[in-house]
Amino acid sequence: MSNENATTKGNVLQTGQQKKKGNSLLNLLASNTVPIMFIIICAVCIPISGFSPAYLINEILTRMGRNTFLILALLIPIMAGMGLNFGMTLGAMAAEIGLIFVSDWQIYGIPGMVLAMIISIPISMLLGLICGKILNAAKGREMVASYIISFFINGIYQLIVLYMMGSIIPIKHTTVKLPRGYGIRNTVSLLNMRQKLDDLLAINVKGVKIPVATFIVIGLLCLFIVWFRKTKLGQDMRAVGQDMEVARDAGIDVERTRIISILMSTVIAGFGMVIYLQNMGNLSTYSSHSQIGMFAIAALLVGGASVDKASIGNVFLGVTLFHLMFIVAPSAGAKITGDSMIGEYFRVFVSYAVITIALIMYETKKRREKSQMAELLAAEQEADA
Amino acid sequence: MEETKTKTFRDRIASFVESFGVPRLIIAGFLLALFIAAPFVGADLPTQISNTINRFCWNGILVLAMVPMVHSGCGLNFGLPLGIISGLLGATLSIELGFTGALSFFAAIVISTPFALILGAGYGWLLNKIKGGEMMIATYVGFSSVSFMCMMWLLLPYHSPNMVWGLSGKGLRTTISLEGYYNQALSGFLRIQIGNFSIPTGALLFFAFMAFCMWAFLHTKTGTAMTAVGSNPSFARAAGINVNKIRMLSVIMSTWLGAVGILVYEQGFGFIQLYMAPFYMALPAVSAILIGGASVNKATIMNVIIGTILFQGIVTMTPTVMNNVIHMDMSEVIRIIASQGMILYALTRKSEGGKS
Amino acid sequence: MSNEHTPLLEIRNIKKDFFGNQVLTDINFRLEEGQVLGFCGENGAGKSTLMKILFGMDVIRETGGYEGDILLNGQKVTFNSPFDAIAAGIGMVHQEFSLIPGFTATENILLDREPQKKSVISEIFGNRLNTLDRKEMSVRAEKAIDRMGVRIDPKMVVNEMPVGHKQFTEIARELSKDQLKLLILDEPTAVLTEKEAEALLDSIRGMASRGIAVIFITHRLHEILSVCDNVVVMRDGFVVKDVPAKDTNVEEITRWMVGRSVENAGSDSASVTDAGSDSRETIMKIEKLWVDMPGETVRNVNLEVKKGEILGIGGLAGQGKLGIPNGVMGLYEAGGKVTFDGKEIPLNSPRKCLDASLAFVSEDRRGVGLLLDESLEWNVAFPAMQIQNKFLKNYLGGLIKWRDEKAIHEVTQKYIDELQIRCTSSRQSAKELSGGNQQKVCLAKAFALEPKFLFVSEPTRGIDVGAKALVLNALKKFNRESGVTVVMISSELEELRQVCDRIAIVSGGKIAGILPAASPSEEFGMLMVSNVK
Repeated sequence: MSNENATTKGNVLQTGQQKKKGNSLLNLLASNTVPIMFIIICAVCIPISGFSPAYLINEILTRMGRNTFLILALLIPIMAGMGLNFGMTLGAMAAEIGLIFVSDWQIYGIPGMVLAMIISIPISMLLGLICGKILNAAKGREMVASYIISFFINGIYQLIVLYMMGSIIPIKHTTVKLPRGYGIRNTVSLLNMRQKLDDLLAINVKGVKIPVATFIVIGLLCLFIVWFRKTKLGQDMRAVGQDMEVARDAGIDVERTRIISILMSTVIAGFGMVIYLQNMGNLSTYSSHSQIGMFAIAALLVGGASVDKASIGNVFLGVTLFHLMFIVAPSAGAKITGDSMIGEYFRVFVSYAVITIALIMYETKKRREKSQMAELLAAEQEADA
Repeated sequence: MEETKTKTFRDRIASFVESFGVPRLIIAGFLLALFIAAPFVGADLPTQISNTINRFCWNGILVLAMVPMVHSGCGLNFGLPLGIISGLLGATLSIELGFTGALSFFAAIVISTPFALILGAGYGWLLNKIKGGEMMIATYVGFSSVSFMCMMWLLLPYHSPNMVWGLSGKGLRTTISLEGYYNQALSGFLRIQIGNFSIPTGALLFFAFMAFCMWAFLHTKTGTAMTAVGSNPSFARAAGINVNKIRMLSVIMSTWLGAVGILVYEQGFGFIQLYMAPFYMALPAVSAILIGGASVNKATIMNVIIGTILFQGIVTMTPTVMNNVIHMDMSEVIRIIASQGMILYALTRKSEGGKS
Repeated sequence: MSNEHTPLLEIRNIKKDFFGNQVLTDINFRLEEGQVLGFCGENGAGKSTLMKILFGMDVIRETGGYEGDILLNGQKVTFNSPFDAIAAGIGMVHQEFSLIPGFTATENILLDREPQKKSVISEIFGNRLNTLDRKEMSVRAEKAIDRMGVRIDPKMVVNEMPVGHKQFTEIARELSKDQLKLLILDEPTAVLTEKEAEALLDSIRGMASRGIAVIFITHRLHEILSVCDNVVVMRDGFVVKDVPAKDTNVEEITRWMVGRSVENAGSDSASVTDAGSDSRETIMKIEKLWVDMPGETVRNVNLEVKKGEILGIGGLAGQGKLGIPNGVMGLYEAGGKVTFDGKEIPLNSPRKCLDASLAFVSEDRRGVGLLLDESLEWNVAFPAMQIQNKFLKNYLGGLIKWRDEKAIHEVTQKYIDELQIRCTSSRQSAKELSGGNQQKVCLAKAFALEPKFLFVSEPTRGIDVGAKALVLNALKKFNRESGVTVVMISSELEELRQVCDRIAIVSGGKIAGILPAASPSEEFGMLMVSNVK
């Protein structure tokens, strides 16, 4: 069927390669537009904001410890070709349920964290399974579907936490429960868990606190991801991500593999949320999770990842640049315009704009790849004549 | 004989359920149950019904704004906030320029039109570049533009004392009262009031007029082309239609309707809401049209009307009725689950028709 | 050949029909270990269907299975899926690549059969968490590449490979399977350069000498002669010849491939118009046309169409015959010069072509030809409405162009009667009709435009015999009565010979020659395979 087509495709390829060598620098710049843009924004804002380097480093390290684990949760679905997993919020909700129970049972510190994580696992797995099944039914629209799933499950989460906890699900403590007798308060204090992991083995270098234990946990997850890529399952996911049909023909169970990838992502996001909240020290029951997905995705994209390709390097670069911008933008904005809200809105705008640009670049790239043949045929005919 | 008869009857029910969709049936049944239960739990039915009609009038045109883009195959317009922003610009500028009363409403429509055209054209151009990925990108175009406008509301040089913060004298307030401007501009027109039961005739007429225009448009040559583009873009292209131009037109129409829609909403609600308020406004409109029976690539005026009534009916009825029945206000949660569930259901249906 | 000896593969009386349409009849052949069997035949002769049966593809089962037996080493086998066939030692390299673009050759060769190492974690969580044994993988890939005998870089990523290497990667994948006894190669040399093709032929000889039997399907007949032991020629679902390759030659094989009885071809119409065709004026002149249609690329086509004739365009699939109408009508990117009725027609703009009174019935009925979700009325009237402002009522001095439902209904009803379209009403949606009736709707759509010139692409593909005759007659009638010039593109030579005055044969994206319809089949056959790459 595709004989002729294929021959010419081969030619395209060769010429394509020659071209690539010619402007590799330009390509490098073009494929890293977003990180470069962010470096420029930060370079402009840092001096204006007037923060000391020690303060900035301290803040960045705190935020890195707080967010990195969550962002890492996004890598596996990208590997499996399912795009940015807006449904990671599901894991966050599972973690919050875990933390609510743990606070109610008054289990403090690291043991409380571990227990919350353990409780979150089955919930995350169930939610991940549901999400994976739905996404399999919405192939080609995974991202928008996962985005709506996060809203849908949020409704169910509210149903459980606001109405069923305390009435059907036993909750004892009045510090957790709403005064009306059922439902969970708007904020649940995690004071006795606050930064317990961060403070464990923490080192202080010239006023900069390094949360060593948190970084060890993050490092372990990175190792896990590196190892996972080398497993049969990891290889299958990469194959499914690149071409579902070929993978299916080769005997890989595509549907199951996709579900597993979402399931893993959800569980990791759950752990990440526990780490995130222990750093924050309190849980906003009905809003903590809602922005988590957006910020994690924006940070990953800022690090130079795209919808179909992301690495651990992207995560660390992204978390640094994104949060640097987050710290300096409000005060820089206030200094420039005299209104502190401008900077707040600016950073929100930038987060959304980054995701928008990344999505647009991904879609246009997909289309551009398809339309390179014609030029070649014309050129070939010129040569013929 | 009888056996076959019952069988066909059952088949017909089955095929009816199939075509109507289980989630849609549940929602319709739920609303019906609410209406039946309302008098027994002491809710005042006339008030409830007039509330539903009122909210229908506020939201109808926002839902109608979904129609052109669904017809041209651009999918559900999650980028509706872009249109809403045009409307907000029109509203605030109309007040800033000193228009008052009902006149300010029409001034707002006129002023918002060029914004809607320009933003819609840019948005349409973008969506033509990324065919196939419209819905996700539309969502984020909406988010980005809303957060961009948050900065603009603070920075733009508005002066009207009714709109800016009292202390600093600059930057728009988050909510601006429309008292003295176009509050109830349409709803108050020819209002019929019988006891607790009231009908906002003007607003109903306005919606009917817009819906008729949309219906008529879909019966013209260009409207026919729009439906064909959505049904099978390859067919339309082979028939000499400029697919991109038609899609662009549909996006502009949708954006403009979004602008008018928010103005109609405001005249009923009585306030302009700025900053993050337009953020999630696309979602209720999207789920309303889906509840009305539309799919990702098919929608009729009837879907708009039924969907808006069902959706707004649930929004108004659940708080009172549920509160009285189980003494818990679960309306918000039910609304979220029903509307998002409906969108999810529509997204997982296989879209039929031509390949794109 | 003695009868006691059991061959590796024996095919006995295989029959297959698709919904009553007989595509394979009483196929018999045998294949010994280490033998190379060449398969040739026109497109539609049944080669692909036969291979699908042999490889246990799902389509066969879904369309009602097949009759007859397949014997492997004397044992009767039934394959429920390609995986069964693979397990039994059959490997197949398809025409379309089945490779993961971002994986290296090694990873693709061993896809889903990677050697693995167990670890503590995989003991607990199952085998999918085994780590891949990269070392062993490259050893095995190297071995498979060695067996193939053609060097490719095992570390190269597929989407950076030249096409030939992709083909070799696929072959190496089959060779890496230890149980492989029979390898089916479906037009493997089509995408290769001459040098690569030569290397592949060497590698086939190498495989054969190691005892692997090979079925080699190709249109390049000299390759068959140089590498095969036996040649099987198929035509219209029959095996017409099964001879040792050394006893035959290219001319003979070509004759077997196309050689039908000539009596029913070159019908009355052809002889009538034949004489005058040269003296007629040219209505369309195509110069230096190239078309970028995936799988049907056209290069440098020059063609003149005479006013009032029916010109056929034939050729094997994938050679570019479909690209010509799609390119001229602006549906795929094209370049060159097309003059119609003395005026140049701009390419890449469907609208301009339709404005010039050209019309096109696409071969892709469901994809391009129809609005499947809409009514027949819409389908028939839509292009005429949009291009020529027919079926519209004007209000406010033409400002509002309202759809005239009544006129649309009338014209649709007219064509429903004329073309005998079987439907419940003109408001039925197009997707509910059968293929033949859908094709008639496509014709009605073109007729409603009242064009001067009509391209019809594969008008009889996938429709039953009755509808076929009706469609062809309608075309003929349209040509004779309305004086419309028709260019008909079809894979079925016989059909072209029945309807057309002249037939152009496309091969390798170019016009290989134009012959009167009454010319003997062999001449067409030679043209078809002349430029095949």
